[in-house]
Amino acid sequence: MNENRMAVVSARDLSLTFETNDGPVHALSNVNLDVRKGDFVSFIGPSGCGKTTFLRVIADLEQHTAGTIEVNGTTPENARKDRAYGYVFQAAALFPWRTIEDNIALPLEIMNFTKAERQERIERTLNLVNLNGFGKKYPWQLSGGMQQRASIARALAFDADLLLMDEPFGALDEIVRDHLNEQLLKLWAATDKTICFVTHSIPEAVYLSTKIVVMSPRPGRVTDIIDCNLPRERPLEIRETPEFLEIAQRVREGLKAGHSYDD
Amino acid sequence: MKQPSFLNDRILPILTVLAALIAIWYLCVVWLNAPFVRDQAARAGTEIVFTDLVKQTMNEERPVLPAPHQIVTELWKTTVTMPITSKRSLVYHAWVTISATLSGFVIGAALGMLLAIGIVHNRAMDKSMMPWVIASQTIPILAVAPMIIVVLNAVGISGLLPKALISAYLSFFPVVVGMVKGLRSPDNLLLDLMRTYHASPSQLFWKLRWPASLPFLFTSLKVAVAIALVGAIVGELPTGAVAGLGARLLSGSYYGQTIQIWAALFMAAVVAALLVSLVGVAHRMVLKRMGEKA
Repeated sequence: MNENRMAVVSARDLSLTFETNDGPVHALSNVNLDVRKGDFVSFIGPSGCGKTTFLRVIADLEQHTAGTIEVNGTTPENARKDRAYGYVFQAAALFPWRTIEDNIALPLEIMNFTKAERQERIERTLNLVNLNGFGKKYPWQLSGGMQQRASIARALAFDADLLLMDEPFGALDEIVRDHLNEQLLKLWAATDKTICFVTHSIPEAVYLSTKIVVMSPRPGRVTDIIDCNLPRERPLEIRETPEFLEIAQRVREGLKAGHSYDD
Repeated sequence: MKQPSFLNDRILPILTVLAALIAIWYLCVVWLNAPFVRDQAARAGTEIVFTDLVKQTMNEERPVLPAPHQIVTELWKTTVTMPITSKRSLVYHAWVTISATLSGFVIGAALGMLLAIGIVHNRAMDKSMMPWVIASQTIPILAVAPMIIVVLNAVGISGLLPKALISAYLSFFPVVVGMVKGLRSPDNLLLDLMRTYHASPSQLFWKLRWPASLPFLFTSLKVAVAIALVGAIVGELPTGAVAGLGARLLSGSYYGQTIQIWAALFMAAVVAALLVSLVGVAHRMVLKRMGEKA
């Protein structure tokens, strides 16, 4: 691995504790992690392990309580204000009163792109996620998978170099998910973005990533960071190869270790 | 599967209920007006046969309960056959009431929206305003209306505005309640999304909260326009019966003109139906533009 590439996300002893009525909840505890430019990093772990929380800290949607974190060399807040990242939520979160086109135009309107630029970007991103011809439809006229693709197009529209994806395909069936995984890899190869991807599916994580961060709950922490050196060209069949299964096995053991520590 | 038909599914049930109501009404007419007819006959010392009794109960000049056809005749006489400039034209009186209703509705809706926006955006207003808004509606409007008329009259304001203010007083309430709910309806996911774009407060309002609140707003506006009409009519009662549907009701009751009262009541119902359906049409048009499922 080329470790000279710029760190897009860099966390040092990062902790986040929620104060609740039942006492403090340690959502993140001493997380150390670098995400470098061009990486596809998956965060995997059981629910409650803090993977979503970590993504939200990067996005400045949650505030960490100890340690440091830098996004693009600055604070998450500044990065957010620079519109440094696109965020894809678990649900498509499209505005029901806007057509797909207008949904993609939403961040562009907010960021004051001209009408001509908006049109050009809408077409380009619809193309990237294979939704040409659906721009004039309303969200309810599209299937769940297509809605999620539209929400990815929206996150891509303003050309942020960092894409944060929080279980974007978690609510979709496996056939659609396989298809979208393939498309996402192509898109990543075509755009050279840095992607942080939360999932709880081992095959998905291994198939997509250059780096897999295995996390475990109570307190939420990183138990293993696995480099995933499969070739960049990955047909779906790669999931049957010994190399793939070997990495998947390591991830599984990492998850198990996290659990036994807990019980 | 059977095709839904407008006639069978919408009109027929309504007509059935209407026919039943009219039948019951005629029975009540005979029952309630018969004592007077019998008295008259007894005084004149004549026997009255049942068919004559029924006939007469339906054609009294000041019946306890006018028959539907008497009301329809009165409505026809005072709307179609009279010039609408005439002081006895029900169209003229209806217009006086409608203009006060609409002015009050506009004031009330605007006030309601502003209050809702304040309540949603300002913590202090959220904590302090809502109890007052609710308290304002617990005061019987019949008690407040004359005060408003008298006080405003004392400072030289009379005519349309005092009535409109009473309408506004009633109609702002559903707008505040509906609009607060609507402005708060976008879920956290959408709010987070706007935050990731670093949207300004005004962008957050115009691109998310405002459109999300529109369906709630229109539902409230339908209620608001109907009670604005009630407010305008109540406002006309203590004004010395000059003009308007309320004035017709009042003068009718002074002179025992039950037919006139009922005609004015029917006119008020028609006006209310018209106003509510106008808001309904606007509602549907907005929802259609917002891509609602067909």
